[in-house]
Amino acid sequence: MERKRFYTKRRLRQTIEGYLFISPWIIGFVLFTAGPIVASFVLSFFSWSLIRPPRLVWFDNYVVMFTRDPLFWQSLRVTMVYVVVAVPLQLLFALFLAILLNQKVRLIPFFRTLFYLPSQVSSVAMAVIFLWIYHPELGLVNDLLRLIGVQGPAWLISPQWALPALIGMSLWTVGGSMIILLAGLQDIPQHLYEAAALDGAGELAKFRYVTLPMLSPVIFFILVLGIIAGFQYFAQAYVMTRGGPLNATLFYALYLYLNAFNFLKMGYAAALAWILLLIIMAVTILQLRLARYWVYYEFEETRR
Amino acid sequence: MSDKSNSYLKNMLGDGMATHPRIEQGVQFLSSSKRRREFLKRTVSYFLLSSLGLLMSLPFLWMLSTALKPDALVFSIPPEWFPRPWVWRNFIDSLTLLGHPVHLYVFNTVLIAVLGVLGVALSSSLVAFGFARLDFPGRNLLFLLVLSTMMLPRIVTIVPQFILFQKIGWLDTFKPLIVPYWFGAPFHIFLLRQFFLSIPKELDDAARVDGASSFQIYWRIVLPLSRPALATVAIFAFTYHWNDLLEPLIFLSSQHNWTLALFLASFQGYMQQPRWNLLMAASTILTLPVLVLFFFAQRLFIGGITVTGIKG
Repeated sequence: MERKRFYTKRRLRQTIEGYLFISPWIIGFVLFTAGPIVASFVLSFFSWSLIRPPRLVWFDNYVVMFTRDPLFWQSLRVTMVYVVVAVPLQLLFALFLAILLNQKVRLIPFFRTLFYLPSQVSSVAMAVIFLWIYHPELGLVNDLLRLIGVQGPAWLISPQWALPALIGMSLWTVGGSMIILLAGLQDIPQHLYEAAALDGAGELAKFRYVTLPMLSPVIFFILVLGIIAGFQYFAQAYVMTRGGPLNATLFYALYLYLNAFNFLKMGYAAALAWILLLIIMAVTILQLRLARYWVYYEFEETRR
Repeated sequence: MSDKSNSYLKNMLGDGMATHPRIEQGVQFLSSSKRRREFLKRTVSYFLLSSLGLLMSLPFLWMLSTALKPDALVFSIPPEWFPRPWVWRNFIDSLTLLGHPVHLYVFNTVLIAVLGVLGVALSSSLVAFGFARLDFPGRNLLFLLVLSTMMLPRIVTIVPQFILFQKIGWLDTFKPLIVPYWFGAPFHIFLLRQFFLSIPKELDDAARVDGASSFQIYWRIVLPLSRPALATVAIFAFTYHWNDLLEPLIFLSSQHNWTLALFLASFQGYMQQPRWNLLMAASTILTLPVLVLFFFAQRLFIGGITVTGIKG
């Protein structure tokens, strides 16, 4: 009896203390995350330019978005193209680099640093550097192309080449994924390769039947984050093209920003934010569903 | 390795057999072809690593080369690879000649980054301690919520945040860029929690027997043992604040409040033919601190990313 009371008292104490410790996050979550998400939802039913008082328009923002706003569809298209093309490309490149770094050669720390560093450079600095590199006449890219006798396109001022230019540039930021993949590669037990070799597996078979399955949880993680990052793509487009030319690089996040802070359509921007939230949730749930078919978890039964 | 396998074979086959010239030849052929393949593989690896390394660093070498060029050389077609002469003054000129008080922007950026780092490290470690070392109902559910907010794009919440900060008169001050981070950030909470979990819980129990409160355990035992994790959080947070464009762009307006990233972003596109050498010098100034930080704390960077990637 005594003991039980002591126990519950201690438990109560821990509960109070626990909530005290995490209270900064709870307060912050309510003020800066949950609150804004709810406010965003309410706001999405209003028309509000910050100057005049908000006016209730019910579903108008959503109706306009889906039926009368070609720029909404354009921004969705641009973002989708980026996600579908750039994210897999980044993954392949990061995987390639990680496999190279997983060889038993010297100077690995040096190369690892070299490949990782660009991902830590400010995206604004990257944008300005690549603005210069993609310069139609004075830029490095077209200079190198001239060396092999090719007349390069105008890159960022060409509607066809602006998006590919941004996608190409994104390969400089795969350092983080590369490090995660490298750690994943180093976690694969060596005996699996030895067993595969005994079964007569060549390098390719080892990659296909040992490396890829063992790496699949990491690849999954990188894909999920990569897709979300694609929907957040902002700074580079803002600095380099402002969505142009001819809206060829009008990314979703950029379009949302422009609506809120250039056109002062707060309600419309809030509706865009909500649709973005739904899209990301849908894509992530879809990925979790699909993961069952290709992500391999070792020791499935012991996972909590 | 191959010598060993040679002698191994010799032992296996016995002296008489191994000295048979054809078997000797075969053994040697085997090991030398293996060695040759190994050599070839290594050469290809080095070749790929070096050429990709060059490719990855090319933009930054080009940035440096442009930053050191005199005005006239910048516009030469075809572009010159090496500055002639090296104009180190460009770095000083970039602070004043672009028509902006760039030194002020540097100061603002440092101030925001330092205050943000302090706040996020303190608050996130408090929250992480709660999640890692204390047992209370709803803990796992709330932690799941922390993890899921990590996936939330900032752009989703930024419009109402803007309105909130406008209502309380915080626009065009540094507060919106700093204060929210004093309430913990999901990524850092996660990282610190993982680290705290690896500290033996017996330490807590022993301290409790001696009459220590939870806060004392946090402050006197767990935090001092977590210096590497805290340093990891600090460098990630610093890099984040130093590099960020979105928040300064939305919450700051007066020029004297600008950050470095905001300043560089103001040279949008090719609208105004800027002085590229000075702009590249300014880009170098924006890039350099993070690189220096990385060189001093390389292990922390790599360790931090690995934790989030694998144990997820």
